[in-house]
Amino acid sequence: MLCTDIRKESMVNIIKTPSRFKNRIGKFAVHRSERCTSCGKCVTVCPYSVFVKAGDKMLRPKSYLCSGLKCAESEKGCVKNCPAGALSVAVNPNYKVLGDYRWTPDLIVSTWYQAETGELPYMEIESDSGNSGGGLDRIRIKARPKESIDPKKVDMRINLNKRNDGRPSLIIDMPIYGGGMSFGSISESTMIGRAKNAAAWNTLTCTGEGGYPEALHPYDNHVITQVATGLFGVREETIQRVRMVEFKYAQGAKPGLGGHLLGDKVTEAVARMRESVKGNPLFSPFPFHSVYSIEDHKKHVDWIKHINPKTLVSTKVSTPTDVEMVAVGSYYAGAHVIHIDGSYGGTGAAPEIAKKNIAMPIDYAINKTHRFLTQEGIRDKITLIASGGLRTAHDIFKAIALGADGVVIGTSEMVALECLRCKNCESGRGCARGIATTDPLLGVMFSVDWAFQRMYNLYASFDKQLRKLVAAAGCSSVTEVVGRTELLLHLDYENNENKDKDG
Amino acid sequence: MPEKYHIHAEPAEPRYQPVFKLSSTERDQCLGCNDCAKRNCIYDVYKKREFLSSELVDSSGSFCKSCMRCVQECKNNILSKLLNPEYTQIGNSYWTPAILTSLWQQAHAGKIPVSGAGYDGPFSGTGFDDMWTDMSEIVRPTRDGIHGREYISTSIDIGTKLDRLHFNGQELADDLPPMFSLPLPIIFDVPRQAGTWRGVKQAVQQAARKLQTLAFCDDRESTGSHIIPRYSINEKIEPDNSSKMIEIFLESCEGQLIDKAEKLAGEISKSKPGLVICIGLPISKNTAQTVVKLAKNKIGTFHLYANHSGRGTGSDSDYFIKEIVRETHRGLLAESIRDCVTILAGGGIAMAEHVAKLIACGADGVVVDNALLVALECRMCLECLEEEPCHVHIDAIDPQWGTKRIVNLLASWHSQLIEVMGAMGLREVRRLRGETGRVMFFRDLEEECYAPIFGKRVW
Ligand code: SF4
Ligand code: SF4
Ligand code: SF4
Ligand code: SF4
Repeated sequence: MLCTDIRKESMVNIIKTPSRFKNRIGKFAVHRSERCTSCGKCVTVCPYSVFVKAGDKMLRPKSYLCSGLKCAESEKGCVKNCPAGALSVAVNPNYKVLGDYRWTPDLIVSTWYQAETGELPYMEIESDSGNSGGGLDRIRIKARPKESIDPKKVDMRINLNKRNDGRPSLIIDMPIYGGGMSFGSISESTMIGRAKNAAAWNTLTCTGEGGYPEALHPYDNHVITQVATGLFGVREETIQRVRMVEFKYAQGAKPGLGGHLLGDKVTEAVARMRESVKGNPLFSPFPFHSVYSIEDHKKHVDWIKHINPKTLVSTKVSTPTDVEMVAVGSYYAGAHVIHIDGSYGGTGAAPEIAKKNIAMPIDYAINKTHRFLTQEGIRDKITLIASGGLRTAHDIFKAIALGADGVVIGTSEMVALECLRCKNCESGRGCARGIATTDPLLGVMFSVDWAFQRMYNLYASFDKQLRKLVAAAGCSSVTEVVGRTELLLHLDYENNENKDKDG
Repeated sequence: MPEKYHIHAEPAEPRYQPVFKLSSTERDQCLGCNDCAKRNCIYDVYKKREFLSSELVDSSGSFCKSCMRCVQECKNNILSKLLNPEYTQIGNSYWTPAILTSLWQQAHAGKIPVSGAGYDGPFSGTGFDDMWTDMSEIVRPTRDGIHGREYISTSIDIGTKLDRLHFNGQELADDLPPMFSLPLPIIFDVPRQAGTWRGVKQAVQQAARKLQTLAFCDDRESTGSHIIPRYSINEKIEPDNSSKMIEIFLESCEGQLIDKAEKLAGEISKSKPGLVICIGLPISKNTAQTVVKLAKNKIGTFHLYANHSGRGTGSDSDYFIKEIVRETHRGLLAESIRDCVTILAGGGIAMAEHVAKLIACGADGVVVDNALLVALECRMCLECLEEEPCHVHIDAIDPQWGTKRIVNLLASWHSQLIEVMGAMGLREVRRLRGETGRVMFFRDLEEECYAPIFGKRVW
């Protein structure tokens, strides 16, 4: 029998892992004028250690720790209590240039904070939803009468093999795993940090289509080998060593277009791994040239199953109008997992026209697919995984309540490593912040351990919040939440009785 | 198979510093460190920076990729990046700063805009933003094909088409109506105010010729097979022999005007049987039914006009071009004459995706206007409409340079059109016309996916 929490709590812990950068960008900026007499009053007033006195000098305020304008305006706050009237607090102008509609500056800063501490920020920050004005960003989780379930006892495991086909079951300890990001698109520290984190949480991460670097070998049990249309770096042995193989038919960010790695990012090492030429851009074709029907797809699945008799097969597709038919087709072709990737996520380079327009947002596709699989009577025989723009624990809960068994995240992990979504990952030497790059100088901006711990902390925060949400829904396991749409409301629909709380 | 249509782009530098999003500021407390955060910028922004006295700006903003490393690494924390106020002020709510800067970039390099890290915009919106294009999971032209061997046709036919051929014994019973093809579903127009700017006019016309498409033109000096002379209904119409097509423009769909246009068109096609005659109409409540009525009376080509934001003018400002095109398309379908008619439509076409979307809503071809000016660095302040002088002296451009910029923009748009068609699994833009099965509308998706869960939406 498996106990609820296989994870060895004692082995890894949340360890405070601050930013790599000297100057932190927080939401608020505390300004101290020349009038300051260094009396030190603010040091005693501020509950969040923004002010530090060294000798008889005041150090520069640690603005990123400031909780916000409410405190600043209150009688207890530093502004009103400074005898010299030297202090003022405002929204940090540098913070305002971060992010976008989906990843608001609030979500970026909040994710950074979670990656640092494993907790949600205490500051005045919206940490649950973005500001895109539709889909998950307008869906809320209903407030419910208090339940007596202990969040710590909630069973978070999901089984990725529901087929009962004699293959091993693959149970992961949380309904979250890492999406495919290829060697070539991200740095080695990022890649290994991800694998280490997947192992710590007993879940999975995915190679993407750039091959299987030897450095991942120790984590074989937590790695998904991706077989994408370019077949870059796919070898029989990398299929044989894993517990799950993922066929990537399409990806949400560029549905129907295949992958694209710009020439600049094809370094010596990347080219070796992909058996290609340094400096030449790599297109992976779309679709699989050998797949023109579900029957063809079945041949592929059979091929993998033959090479590795123990592995599970996941089919990753993006979200056309008939996504539910594709899901059913995949089931009949023998897949264990159908992974639908909506159009608003993605970490790699993609034409802007594709990112914005092609295919359906995941916000719609989840329930559509869930409902159809249920009608077809096969919902409990296949695992439905959703991805494509899921950012927070609330997003994850919403996705599950809409009908997914679990989710895949990618961008949130990047943000945990201090990605700020400047979108330059594709160009030149890649990410200036050392995350999505293979540049030899940039790729060493942080260590595997730092990357691992930041992601670990973020997952810990997700885990904690999710457990609370599941318990509050009156469920003792996350699987009970699947498809429970009555736990949700949409702010733009009638009868959203809880509007007062979040609207 | 015809030779593969391909647009060659050639970089054409901007004349002005493009308005950039972030500007740098710096407190005056530099410590003069050896390991300066500015020197470590991987894009060499501070090295390349210069003060452009002509525009009173510092050029750093145009190279900066907003990675924020310098801001976060400076030892004395003196650097900041702020939203450039000028950036937020260019354009308007339709022609957003993001659209303008992207078009400038496309006109400069001729490349498809590509970026990392997912989509960053609103979930959906009004106008063209309430729809998505579909993709098909398996059967399609392949992407390596698109950029290599395979052919995706973007050509369209313009003119009246017969629903079928009638025979009189061995002979064709009817004359074949005039018709011609363009390799690109895009025709050029310049907004009224630009008609007096020689350089702009020349650039647009040369670009049209180079791309083997056409340009509408109001004056009678410009001639050639790439020109579509546009006449107002009250003008004397004397087409010269070089034109393939002329347009008769009506101010409104008012009954008398319509009758007059119909009569005129009849007369002209008698004297010039090879000439395609197009009727230009502003979009309004009555546009769709007017088109259907005229089409039933053998008029075969229409051009629907919207303003620069894709809307009708005056009391018709509630109508958006894609809705009117859809309605027109459906009206013609209901009469079983859709295939006999060519619908061109324009106004508010600001991005490559608008071309694909308008065609999917039922247009055969799309007329591009203000975007051509934006390629020439227009900032859509629209002050020229009030006869104010242009901030970027667009009237003084070199037509050669202007041609390149427009060709580049179209190279980028053409590639983007092919990308979305490839994803849809379509090999011909003709088949995209009216294919609403290949697009998804916001309202429909809410209805299909959310109504069963959340009930009734409040619109
Ligand atoms: S309370 Fe005011 S005067 Fe005293 S140290 Fe703080 S800022 Fe300076
Ligand atoms: S506003 Fe409050 S939290 Fe912020 S610095 Fe002042 S006392 Fe500290
Ligand atoms: S380049 Fe920018 S968006 Fe891309 S990973 Fe780096 S920080 Fe994130
Ligand atoms: S923000 Fe980044 S790209 Fe811009 S100047 Fe600073 S280091 Fe260079």
